[in-house]
Amino acid sequence: MLRFAATRLLSLTLSLVAASLVIFTVIQVVPGDPASFMLGMNAQPETVAALREDLGLNAPLSARYLDWVGGMLSGDFGRSYTYRVPVAELIRDRLWVSLPLAVYALILSTVIAFPVGLIAAARRGKPADFTIMGATQLGIAVPNFWFAMLLVLFFAVNLRWFSAGGFPGWEAGLLPALKALTLPAVALALPQASILARVMRSALIETLGQDYIRTARAKGLNRRQALIRHALRNALIPVLTIIGLQFSFLLAGAIIIENVFYLPGLGRLIFQGITQRDLIVVESVVMLLVFAVIVVTFLVDIAYAVVDPRLRHRR
Amino acid sequence: MRWPLPLILGAGLTLFFVAAAALSFVWVPHAITDLSIGDKLQPSSASYPLGTDHFGRDLLSMLMVGARTSIAVAVVAVGIGIAGGVPLGLAAAAHRGSLLDEVIMRGNDLIFAFPSLVIAILITAVLGPSALNAILAIGIFNIPVFARVARGGALSLWTLDFILAARVAGKGTARISAEHILPNIANLLIVQGTIQFSLGILAEAGLSYVGLGAQPPTASWGRMLADAQTMIYSAPRLAILPGLAIVLMVLGLNLMGDGLRDLLDPRVRRARS
Repeated sequence: MLRFAATRLLSLTLSLVAASLVIFTVIQVVPGDPASFMLGMNAQPETVAALREDLGLNAPLSARYLDWVGGMLSGDFGRSYTYRVPVAELIRDRLWVSLPLAVYALILSTVIAFPVGLIAAARRGKPADFTIMGATQLGIAVPNFWFAMLLVLFFAVNLRWFSAGGFPGWEAGLLPALKALTLPAVALALPQASILARVMRSALIETLGQDYIRTARAKGLNRRQALIRHALRNALIPVLTIIGLQFSFLLAGAIIIENVFYLPGLGRLIFQGITQRDLIVVESVVMLLVFAVIVVTFLVDIAYAVVDPRLRHRR
Repeated sequence: MRWPLPLILGAGLTLFFVAAAALSFVWVPHAITDLSIGDKLQPSSASYPLGTDHFGRDLLSMLMVGARTSIAVAVVAVGIGIAGGVPLGLAAAAHRGSLLDEVIMRGNDLIFAFPSLVIAILITAVLGPSALNAILAIGIFNIPVFARVARGGALSLWTLDFILAARVAGKGTARISAEHILPNIANLLIVQGTIQFSLGILAEAGLSYVGLGAQPPTASWGRMLADAQTMIYSAPRLAILPGLAIVLMVLGLNLMGDGLRDLLDPRVRRARS
């Protein structure tokens, strides 16, 4: 187990280094001169020179890279050029919207997908299964931002149950804040729940074909008991993987959804950074999201190996 | 051999959109550059079958041209994935366990670990928003997908006797890969291609929706949705129809992918009969 964890940790580190190099290159090298990119076409040469100095662009590339990575490791993400505050502060504020949103959506997705997948597997080939498979097929095809617009149209415009967007902040109290996150979370969760339910169904059907299920049935358990007590546990491994992957998907998918609902999260921060050409903000937020995704994938890998000892020795 | 129902349904839907896109090259009801403000936000009528948008453009024409944009972006992105990924995957399988294999597969793992949407946004942000950059951003993430599928399919083939026969005949690994392996993994690639096609449509819609894809005056479904959002109270039709187009197109491709897999994968076929 230790060896497994060590090799995984090594590949995690390598991934993070490679990711940071890619992001650094795209941001710092591709636009030519970041300072003139940020200031636009009509900038005075003196202003560009001042910003270059300010951003430390006169240092060689390697020094700038190490400086950036070193800064992030110590929690210093640089200073936003447009907001004139440390990027770390911006990220901290925005994270309190994006993270709860992703967790909320993940919970919704899991809570919907589990029973739905279970029913489909238990009723395999019956009308219930057929209906669920059709509905999930549709759920996968729906772009979440469009579903979000439909939710706004129905629940905010027609029924007036929810507001069409915005976020009151956690200071306004738990319930109003959660209410503001509900439609975005549902919009994010639906396509993910569809995928998860399908994975759940096929994992269950696969385990139901195993010998130990036949043994359990032979011992006198009925179909439902065998399904719940034996098949469910073993089907959880692929399901857990997908849940892990979905978390990162939700965090990234929130970028677009936050724009639909005008939520002040990381996604909106990225877009504001892009439109204002604030490369420092864009660079740091993108790195943070990539970091989150890679680390979650790593944790899922480790979690697997804990759940299923066989995986420790396989590559 | 009977054609599975999902395949017929899916192929039908896909063909419908491809035909609409093809038709838009030679004929649309009204040119989409025709702005007639006097006719803005018209309900459907004989002249405008699906009504008009806030600039008085014909919605049906916009949807047809939008289909063209979506399909073009997704097809080229899949093309990039196949052109880049398949040779990599074949090379990795031919030299299994070598340093080359290791480098290719680890590199692929790395791209897989990236949240693709975030990187696509990053690329289009720095290179400037355009359909071409959207294609590039989506296409890059297709490369590891096809590399993996090609490698997986090729690995199992390399152990078979007919490959051994080809080696005995003196053919090199590159030639065997091209002449014997590639035709035998074509069905896997077609199925994966359909899936990536539908993901490409969704990705293009998302990027265009946030303004990082096709730029006006090019019509794009995602862009139409973004424009419609501010008018969702007054003209919900504008927000519903482009989304419906995306859903039906993606659904068609997914069904076609499932159907093709059933048809082309002998293992699934045997399991069903």
